[in-house]
Amino acid sequence: MKSPTAPDNRNTTETETLSPDTAIRIDRVTVRYRLPHERIHTFKEYVIRMLRGQLRMIDHLALRDVSMEVRRGEVLGIVGRNGAGKSTLLKLAARVLQPTEGRIRIRGRVAPLLDVGGGFHPELTGHENIFLNGALLGLSRAEITRRLDSIVEFAELRDCIESPLRTYSSGMIARLGFAIATDVEPDILLIDEILAVGDEKFRAKCAGRIRRFRDAGTTIVLVSHDMHMVRELCGRAVWLNKGRVEGEGTADEIVTLYSRA
Amino acid sequence: MCEHSPLAGKTGCPETAQTVFDSAHRQPPAIEELVQLWRYRDLVAQLVIRNIKARYKRSVLGVVWTMLNPLLMMAVLSLVLHGLFGLRVPNYSAYLLAGLLLWQFFAQATLASTSEIVWGASLVKRIYVPRTAFAVAAVGNGLVNLALSLVPLALIMAVLGIPVGRAALTIPVSVLLTAMFTLGVALFVSSVAVYFADFMEIYQVALTAWMYLTPVIYPIDIVPERYRWLFKLNPMCHLVDIFRAPIHMNALPAMESLCAAAGASVLVLLLGWLFFTRNSDEIAYRA
Repeated sequence: MKSPTAPDNRNTTETETLSPDTAIRIDRVTVRYRLPHERIHTFKEYVIRMLRGQLRMIDHLALRDVSMEVRRGEVLGIVGRNGAGKSTLLKLAARVLQPTEGRIRIRGRVAPLLDVGGGFHPELTGHENIFLNGALLGLSRAEITRRLDSIVEFAELRDCIESPLRTYSSGMIARLGFAIATDVEPDILLIDEILAVGDEKFRAKCAGRIRRFRDAGTTIVLVSHDMHMVRELCGRAVWLNKGRVEGEGTADEIVTLYSRA
Repeated sequence: MCEHSPLAGKTGCPETAQTVFDSAHRQPPAIEELVQLWRYRDLVAQLVIRNIKARYKRSVLGVVWTMLNPLLMMAVLSLVLHGLFGLRVPNYSAYLLAGLLLWQFFAQATLASTSEIVWGASLVKRIYVPRTAFAVAAVGNGLVNLALSLVPLALIMAVLGIPVGRAALTIPVSVLLTAMFTLGVALFVSSVAVYFADFMEIYQVALTAWMYLTPVIYPIDIVPERYRWLFKLNPMCHLVDIFRAPIHMNALPAMESLCAAAGASVLVLLLGWLFFTRNSDEIAYRA
C-alpha cells in the first residue's frame, strides 16, 4: 500500500503567485490511478500473490498533462465522453484527489454540488439529517442552525421534517440533498450532473438557483452531458478527451465542435 | 491552510474568498489531517449523535440494553467460571465486569470505526472530509456507551460492598489511555479493511483470540510464572489492569502497569495516525 500518488512538483514554478482574478489554476496536472491488474478482493489473495511476486499493477492515466484556468465569476462547462476525466477534474477541484504530477491552486471556499444522499441516515428525521449532512459538507453547528429554515423551505418539506427519512420518497430525499448542498455560500460551485433530480418543477427551481449563483458572481464549474444546458449556462467550455484537453473556447464553439466529433 | 486566514477563530478556520489551497505547498499529511479534524469537530459530534439516536430509536428498552447486556454476560460467566470451574478470585463479579466493559469498549470501537470508515469511503470519494473523523467518532461513541455501563458496575460494587475511594479518580486516566490505544489500533485496522473485504473476518477471529490471551475473565496469577512476561507484552493486559485496580480492590494502579499502558497507548496512537494519514489519500482512488 505504498502511496503511488505522492505529489511530484518538480516541474512547477514555486515562486509564481496566483492572480487575484483566478479561481482555479491547474498547471500540467497528471492523475494516475494505480490499480491491481486483476481486481484483488481478499486479504488472503493479496498476501499469496505478494509472496509469489504476482502483484501486477496497471497505471491508468485519468488526466494527462492538463493545464487550465478558471477565472473568478465565470461559468465553465466541461464536456467529454464517459471516462474522459471530467469527474477526476471535479475531484481535484474538490480536493478529494491530489495530483500525481503538476500543481493545482484553488482560491476560496469550494462547495461540490454532488449527490450526498449517501450521508443520510434512514432512522433519523429530516431535521436531524440536515445537521448530519451539513456537518459532512464542513458546516459548523451554528451555521446549520442559521440556515435550517431556508433549507427546509427550499426543499418544500416543512410538513414532514420531523418524520424519519425512511418515510420519504426518493424525490423528497433528492430535494433535501440539493437544498442542503446549495445553501452554502461558496466562492466556487462544482456541479456534476445534478439536475436530474426531482420532478420538472423542482428541476426548474434548481436551474433557477444555479442562475442566481452565476448572477451573484459565484465561479461555477459544470460537468454535463446536456449540451443545451452547457450552452445556456456557461460562458466558456473545455472539451476533455481521454484525459487530455481537446479544445477550449466559448461554450458555443466547444459544443458545436464536440457535437460534430 | 489556516495561516492564510485572518478569521481563524471560534468557527475553526473559515475559508475566505482569499484563502488559497496550493497542492505544491501542503503540510505533512499527519499534521494536515489534525488541522482538518479540528475544523470538522462538529462532524465528529454529529456522527456520535447519529449513532446514539439511531441505536436507541429502534429499541424499546433503549439505554437499558446498554446497561443490561454486560450484566447478563457477567452473570453467565460468573456462573460458569466461578461456580463450575472453581476460579477463586475475591469479588469475582466486579473483577469480571470491569474487565469485560473495558474489553468490549476496545473491541466494539475498533470494529465500529472500521465499518464507519468503509461506509464513509463512498462519501470521501466525492466530497472532502477528514477521514479520521469517522474513527474518532466511533471511539467517542464507545466512550458514551462505556460511561452508561458504569452505572450497573457501580451497582455491583455497592452490592458487593466494595468501597469507592480516591483510587477511583484514576479511572478517567485509564479510560483515556484505552481510548488512545483503541483509536490507534482502529486506524491500523481500518486502513487495511478499506482494501480487503475479508480482513474484518480475520480481525474478528484475532479479537477473540486476543481476548482470551488477555487476563479479562481470569486473573494473571493462573498463568505459569515463566510465560507471564509474554502476557505483559500485550498493552491490553496493562490497560485492563490499571482500569480494574480501583474498581476491584479500591487500589491505585501499579506504577509498572501504568507506565507500560501509557507508553504503549501513545506509541500505538502515533503510529496508527501516521500510517492512516499516509495511506488515506488512496481511499479516493478506489473507485
